[in-house]
Amino acid sequence: MNMNRKPKDSKTSADFNPARRSFLGAMATAAGVTLAPGVILYGISKPSTSSAKPLDAAVSNEVRWGMLIDLGRCDSGCDECVSACAKENGLRGFDRPETDAQWIRKVAVKDPQTGASKSLPVMCQHCENPPCVDVCPTGASFKRADGIVLVNKHTCIGCRYCMMACPYKARSFIHETLEDQKAHAPRGKGTVESCTLCVHRVDADRLPACVEACSDKGGGAMLFGDLNDPGSEISKRVATYATQQIRADLGLNPGVRYRNL
Amino acid sequence: MIVHRTATRMIAVALVFITGLATAALAAEAESSGVPMPVIPMGMGDSCVEDTDFMRRNHMDMLKHQRDETTLRGVRTRQYSLVECINCHVVSGPGSEAVSASDPQHFCRACHDYAAINIDCFQCHASRPETGASTAGHAAGFAAPAADGVSGDQ
Repeated sequence: MNMNRKPKDSKTSADFNPARRSFLGAMATAAGVTLAPGVILYGISKPSTSSAKPLDAAVSNEVRWGMLIDLGRCDSGCDECVSACAKENGLRGFDRPETDAQWIRKVAVKDPQTGASKSLPVMCQHCENPPCVDVCPTGASFKRADGIVLVNKHTCIGCRYCMMACPYKARSFIHETLEDQKAHAPRGKGTVESCTLCVHRVDADRLPACVEACSDKGGGAMLFGDLNDPGSEISKRVATYATQQIRADLGLNPGVRYRNL
Repeated sequence: MIVHRTATRMIAVALVFITGLATAALAAEAESSGVPMPVIPMGMGDSCVEDTDFMRRNHMDMLKHQRDETTLRGVRTRQYSLVECINCHVVSGPGSEAVSASDPQHFCRACHDYAAINIDCFQCHASRPETGASTAGHAAGFAAPAADGVSGDQ
């Protein structure tokens, strides 16, 4: 029964006609443009990008955002990702290195036996099983459907259990009264925060600021993409090369992976 | 009896009419002198996303609804977004720079000070458009520049 009820636009359908399809595609694009209001324009005019999400659609668990960082291309003296993050999200230091907000940092590691050293950017690893979410007493620390781990600052009470629970030291607490934050990155005193994978950019089909800066000014070590899509560049690379998660032994399945560690 | 009932009804109607007149007169008096009223700055667009009466009563519910939709589910429509409220209801202070919520002239404060309601939105959210960017800065964050007219049109 089901075999006879294939969708009409299925490629195996006998009446498949490439010319008709391209005509319909052009019509859809034209409609998107002439109807003008943002949602339609955005949704229909970019059919080629699988990750493009209409503004009014909720995120889905069909995608899982992840990052692959090739340490072979990450120079120890380069911190373009760190400064791009600070600029994008309006992070300002108060000359208190112990408590200043830090969403991404460069960590130097060294093998004491061989002396081999690496410098790796470490941010929120966007775990599949995030311990910060487990311990949060108010549910403010949460994982979005698309795998991005965030703090809902509307419900965060600033208890900092999540900071204790995170094995990556990824979270910061805001100690100072802030003003003139970035419109897309609200942050305020008394709440915990961490890397959002530039969620405002991802929702607009753009790359996180660190990834963009790394490819523009750095070594091009960072690759961002959908781990659930077998056709995405990141999926192909993690399938081809040996990659590692930091503290994989904890079983958290981070979305951030490293190569050449 | 019938005459009496009609007379009663007429008196009632007259009373209602007089009371109405008196109320209107009182309101006019309050606005012209005596009772202070909040001075509410105008927004930049032609009209708000909903009627003024509706906004007065429901803006908090709309903001709260949108806040959860955006934070938890990633819905990024701009019509009821706080950022768009801030971009449109911008008040210029001396030196033509937009005032922040620390200034009593700020759009939100104009009413909330009057009603003695403390809001904590601006402990985290920016209370004025980014300097030198205004709406353009926001468009950069949300990608679709063509959507700029949406909030004003609908």
